[in-house]
Amino acid sequence: MNLDSLLQNLGEWLRGTGAESDVVVSTRIRLARNLADVPFTTRASPAQKGEIEGRVREAIARADHTPKLDYLSVAGLPPLDRLFLVERQLISRELANALDGPRGVAFDPRESVSVMVNEEDHLRIQVMRSGLALDEAWDTIDKVDDALEARLSYAYHERFGYLTACPTNVGTGLRASVMLHLPALGITKEIEKLFRSLQKINLVVRGLYGEGSRASGDLYQISNQVTLGKDEHTLLVEIREVIDVALKYERRARQALLKERRQAEQDRVARAIGTLGSATMITSEETMELLSAVRLGIHLNLIGDLPPTTVNQLFIHSQAAHLQKLTGQVLDGEERNAARAKYLRNRLRDLGANK
Amino acid sequence: MKCQRCSKPATLHITEVLPHDKFDELHLCEECAKKYLYASAGKKAGKGGGEMDDPGGKVCEACGLKFVEFRNSGRLGCPHDYDSFRDELVPLLESIHGDAKHAGKGPRRGPKGKADQHELAHARRQLQKAITDEDYEAAAKLRDKIKRLEDQG
Repeated sequence: MNLDSLLQNLGEWLRGTGAESDVVVSTRIRLARNLADVPFTTRASPAQKGEIEGRVREAIARADHTPKLDYLSVAGLPPLDRLFLVERQLISRELANALDGPRGVAFDPRESVSVMVNEEDHLRIQVMRSGLALDEAWDTIDKVDDALEARLSYAYHERFGYLTACPTNVGTGLRASVMLHLPALGITKEIEKLFRSLQKINLVVRGLYGEGSRASGDLYQISNQVTLGKDEHTLLVEIREVIDVALKYERRARQALLKERRQAEQDRVARAIGTLGSATMITSEETMELLSAVRLGIHLNLIGDLPPTTVNQLFIHSQAAHLQKLTGQVLDGEERNAARAKYLRNRLRDLGANK
Repeated sequence: MKCQRCSKPATLHITEVLPHDKFDELHLCEECAKKYLYASAGKKAGKGGGEMDDPGGKVCEACGLKFVEFRNSGRLGCPHDYDSFRDELVPLLESIHGDAKHAGKGPRRGPKGKADQHELAHARRQLQKAITDEDYEAAAKLRDKIKRLEDQG
């Protein structure tokens, strides 16, 4: 598979479409599954991992009624390609770098379904959807799971459900994550209040890619913590209820911004575009922050011209591995900041956004 | 932001709700967060129970994992651990999930009856052991038996 061919595509999670897409970036559901008769990945020998990989690959290749998934061995990939897959949310950082031995990922051309093999669990099935689409994502992943289960014997326990390497995932093995863009709650400082209310009901909030700072581009992922004792439908309904609350708060905060400080917001958005279009050095963090302002500006109709998908494209292309693939060069930190600024300048000039 | 307990990036931000409307904020990496959550879960689960019979030395006969290894790493060794360490895991699962009984979908294939399910689990355990002992003749027989049981559903 030539990964570079993905470069110009946005991938399902960044299509910018779907329900509530003014606030909800994407919906993701994953299921953790293991084969019944082999040790979990961390305790499997290299030979056993090879056997697991072979069995899962065969099941994926023959599975009925699922999108066609192409398998890619991660063990044999150069570091840049691994990071590229992490940025596209097709694999975890752990699968990319922390784990060793036979392992990989299968995914469809739309990048809406992926199956990681030999992550912490033998299989990590994932379905992505743009916007808020918990039910649709569940329908798809349920079918993919059934299709694979028809050809693989999963570790399943009548009392504990699907067995996983870590007891935090046992039972349904289901983790649903909804990625939200909450810039207005960040500005009005109400975000902390929202997090506190979420944590009391066992939901986890984390930044994009689970990475460093919690306010990276005002993007947050909300996911369920409990996986055992409630069925899949109940877990999804509980998340949905919380998302509805977050949506309501964010939209209210946006309307308040428009009412109380429209001019100031317009100025902030215009300055963000100005900086993106004229900087000669820019870090990925600053890019994320500025793009967050632009995204908000688009949804509040404070700027014309720019479609939301453009923000998503600038967002993914300005990440380290994507940038290096676009320029065709290996770049260190400083060089990346210069290359990122150059890329953004050119793109915004082409779009005529910096008039 | 860095993890407060090691140098990795903090990915989980935990807010502990304390009495009197007070909060305690923790910023941890995935690994330290898991350890932290286990420790606090263990504290809750340990209440009332004596520390007389420490289960740390228990071993899973299928994969050889000691319970103490699980306690240190937070990772189990193989599916049979859920039976090998059942008594220790149930309180832990209850404190993590609030419940320790699965509700939700199950595989469509495989035996439906309890006795057959039990036989299948037993055969799988034996198979893993046979492979570890390099007893390939026994392993081949067990494989056939497992296949037969699995195809019932």
